[in-house]
Amino acid sequence: MRHGYQGVPRWIYVLAAAGALFVLLPLAAIVAKVNWAEFLPLVTSESSLTALGLSLRTSAASTVLCIVLGVPLALVLARGQFRGQRLLRSFVLLPLVLPPVVGGIALLYTFGRQGLLGRSLELAGIQVAFSTTAVVLAQTFVALPFLVVSLEGALRSAGSRYEAVAATLGARPTTVLRRVTLPLVLPGLASGAVLSFARSLGEFGATLTFAGSLQGVTRTLPLEIYLQRETDADAAVALSLLLVAVAVAVVGLSYRRPGAAGGRGPGGAERATRDGAPEPAPERAAP
Amino acid sequence: MSLRTRIAAVAMAAAMAAAAAGCAASTGQNAAASDSGKTLTVFAAASLKAPFTKLATTFEESHPGTKVALSFAGSSDLVTQISQGAPADVFASADTKNMAKLADAGLLDGAAATFATNVLAIAVPPANPASIASFADLARPGVRVVVCAGQVPCGTATAAVEKATGVTLKPVSEESSVTDVLGKVTSGEADAGIVYVTDVKAAGDKVKGIPFAEADKAINTYPIATVGSSKNKELAAAFTALVTGAEGNKVLSDAGFGTP
Repeated sequence: MRHGYQGVPRWIYVLAAAGALFVLLPLAAIVAKVNWAEFLPLVTSESSLTALGLSLRTSAASTVLCIVLGVPLALVLARGQFRGQRLLRSFVLLPLVLPPVVGGIALLYTFGRQGLLGRSLELAGIQVAFSTTAVVLAQTFVALPFLVVSLEGALRSAGSRYEAVAATLGARPTTVLRRVTLPLVLPGLASGAVLSFARSLGEFGATLTFAGSLQGVTRTLPLEIYLQRETDADAAVALSLLLVAVAVAVVGLSYRRPGAAGGRGPGGAERATRDGAPEPAPERAAP
Repeated sequence: MSLRTRIAAVAMAAAMAAAAAGCAASTGQNAAASDSGKTLTVFAAASLKAPFTKLATTFEESHPGTKVALSFAGSSDLVTQISQGAPADVFASADTKNMAKLADAGLLDGAAATFATNVLAIAVPPANPASIASFADLARPGVRVVVCAGQVPCGTATAAVEKATGVTLKPVSEESSVTDVLGKVTSGEADAGIVYVTDVKAAGDKVKGIPFAEADKAINTYPIATVGSSKNKELAAAFTALVTGAEGNKVLSDAGFGTP
């Protein structure tokens, strides 16, 4: 878009550069602080690998949970019409702005031993506290809004024209959802899922408050970094860099995929529609 | 550079300078402060919060015009902050290991003085659901015990007690601070947690403390010292004297600390 009027005053660039530096400088400081001679042994130590493995497994599980719970929520928020819809949206988005430690306390009083559901769960023989399940719950709690926001945006900008056509051709709501709606918003769903995964990977406060910290069970990579920092600053820095690298890879993945325009906001999904990206032609949706 | 860019650059520099000045003032280390308006900055281990808050008030009363700014955190966090140039006048650590880190780096003024001791205790929820009565009870199957991780002082002490008693614990969680251990007990998630006697005392009736004889196998000593970069060394020495003196001893033993 280099043609004609640019519309950005030059002094904005100065402030933008300061903004970029504000984010990049601390990352550069981590890289500068890494003890490269010790880097490999530090990040491949048994406790580090256990923590990384646990982080990847729990984040994958919570991403699946986010999809299972978040897709229906996004559909209801984007397509449904009912009283209290705005209120529901505000509450679903709340974990985005809540301090994670508050989320952890809330989860504790829900699923904890003395919690709202915890006592019934305990009677059923399910112990959530201090288990890997608790980690997944904490991660899902904080990551769910990312998926809902991405998907709801994609659904709204995709519009319901194709769905209406499919319905007039006799497709039942479930068929429309499966063959028209979901394929249409797949890029938005994908970038939402990637963001949820990334948020789960970085989850710290809620996990620490709610799940505890035990190697191989609940001590994810962020918790391992927090603990290593007590005694071994080099190890903490090396692991931090590892987490930064994974986060950069994940976020890069969600923004660079040619189809994953949904993450870029409403415009992306619209373009996907124009390009004919939705593979289900209305006639194929008909039974 | 156009005039406009130059104005923007100047404005930005001014804003940054103002922000920096704001930061400096808020740390309470305003070097330009007059003699009567001095601020003494004390970095102390989190477990010292109650007694040191009390002693700071006493100090302000006996030194009119002087303000004591207290900063509480884990000892290793405070050591990191001081090593990175944080403006502290006095440092009180929860263990000798962290104080030694500063001494070895040449960041202390003079030697550190021991002013308190602390021992471990078992904390259980008030109802004591797992009927814990001794350290050995903690190793019973099905008892959910939470301890500090080996990387932090309370975890090192716990490991020492395990070694001395021959009782091996299978904790459900190894927390990175003693307050996190206490939190798991007060919320009823854990059946028992290993904390310091002072933590049990500070928690009031939210937990029940169970002292155990083997606790004396791991006695934690608390040292205090003046930080080398302090600009208020006389005031710092006076504060240290208050902490190590009779008045300090009384406040500390009221909080459950042992005195050397």
